[in-house]
Amino acid sequence: MPEPEQKTTPQRDSIGRTLLVAFLVSLLCSSLVASAAVLLKPRQEANEARHIRRNIVDVAGLLESGEDIERLFEGIEARVIDLQTGRYVDDVDELRFDPVKAAGDPALSLAIPDELDVAGIGRRAKWGLVYLVRKKGQLATIVLPVHGRGLWSMIYGLLALEPDANTIVGITFYEHGETPGLGDQIAKRPWRDLWSGKQLFDQSNNLKIEVVKGRVPPDSPLAPYHVDGISGATLTGRGVTTTLQYWLGEHAYGPYLQNIRSQREGS
Amino acid sequence: MRSEMKRALLNPIVDNNPITLQILGVCSALAVTTSLLPSLYMCLALISVAALSSAAVSAIRHFLPSSIRIIVQMTIIASLVIVVDQTLKAFAFETSRELSVFVGLIITNCIVLGRTEGFAMSNPVGLSFLDGIGNGLGYSLILIIVASIRELLGAGTLMGMTVLRTTADGGWYNPNGMMMLPPTAFFIIGLIIWAVRSWRVEQVEKPEFRIHEVHRTEVL
Repeated sequence: MPEPEQKTTPQRDSIGRTLLVAFLVSLLCSSLVASAAVLLKPRQEANEARHIRRNIVDVAGLLESGEDIERLFEGIEARVIDLQTGRYVDDVDELRFDPVKAAGDPALSLAIPDELDVAGIGRRAKWGLVYLVRKKGQLATIVLPVHGRGLWSMIYGLLALEPDANTIVGITFYEHGETPGLGDQIAKRPWRDLWSGKQLFDQSNNLKIEVVKGRVPPDSPLAPYHVDGISGATLTGRGVTTTLQYWLGEHAYGPYLQNIRSQREGS
Repeated sequence: MRSEMKRALLNPIVDNNPITLQILGVCSALAVTTSLLPSLYMCLALISVAALSSAAVSAIRHFLPSSIRIIVQMTIIASLVIVVDQTLKAFAFETSRELSVFVGLIITNCIVLGRTEGFAMSNPVGLSFLDGIGNGLGYSLILIIVASIRELLGAGTLMGMTVLRTTADGGWYNPNGMMMLPPTAFFIIGLIIWAVRSWRVEQVEKPEFRIHEVHRTEVL
């Protein structure tokens, strides 16, 4: 090993020199970071979009078929709905519409009254985007995007329902910042599998779905609506519950789900 | 010079391994080693950050005022980590999701700052670059061993390919779920350190103090 070169000179440690070095290093490093971020952004966005499509296919239970994700996604119909009336609208382009982005635009969104904003999101877009999976022409699965505050940051998820708009097919969280090893289990298989077959509403149409603390007793009358919490991630579980409570409530997808149910009873 | 370069590159792999001898960088070694593929990406990320930051710090070491030297090193390391993280997000998206925060946490990985401050500040650029690669390789060696053991015994696979067919798949192997939990990585690293120190006895540290055995006669 060569002799350590310690050439501390008063000149090198002067205030002017210190400021100059600090400035130059910051300038160089920030331009490096900025150019990496800008140059790689299109690729990252394409990855992100593909990731969401993959999650939609996954939550609808189509992934097992082993077919190409893009092909499977083409078979899924995206529709824009007016959240207030719960009806489909055709004057919004479903390919371009992004409910999360629209929520930041005052012209396209509305503020959620404090007492209704259990998910802590502040604003939501006027329209919602839903994905419909059809099998042999019949509606087979409805996929609803949801988001809300988790423990550390926003969690973005997808909830897949049977055509009765009440029974859960699956749930997935495609973006979250929950604690690795604890809260991040919400995006992983064993916990996600607990959701399939659970019911959202009880007989008298009250929203009952909830992530509880600990294990759900199998003989509990609420067992069809309750999901086991993850130990060490109680607050993440609460975030999932409030997110679903807002989005499935009257202020969000509630009217849409009601329409589907009454259509089904009517037909 | 040649032998010096060889030393800088190869010495950290066994003789001066950052994990087993210096016990640095253990946090990420526990967290990312549940399967082999993300571990490999983590190794690549660490090698590139360690090598490039050592080279960069070495290149400006004569201009660096000593009062701000640590923060300048941190700035360089942090910028490189962000670039590596963004690159992974663009070119290895699925793996980068699995690694989640741990690529970003390379910023606080003691191995990197240890090498820039301890070696690159007083050595030429080429040598510092090789030292960074060497230390990255030393870290990688341990990560790969730990990840192979954990993935093989915990899921019956290696790089996602089935090696031991699990009972859930109709095979004979009943996967050991404990392998997927962080403490297991601790145990494996401990066993590796034990093995290395039994082989290279000179790595065994001298005890810092000994409990003095008091004899009754001394007290009296």
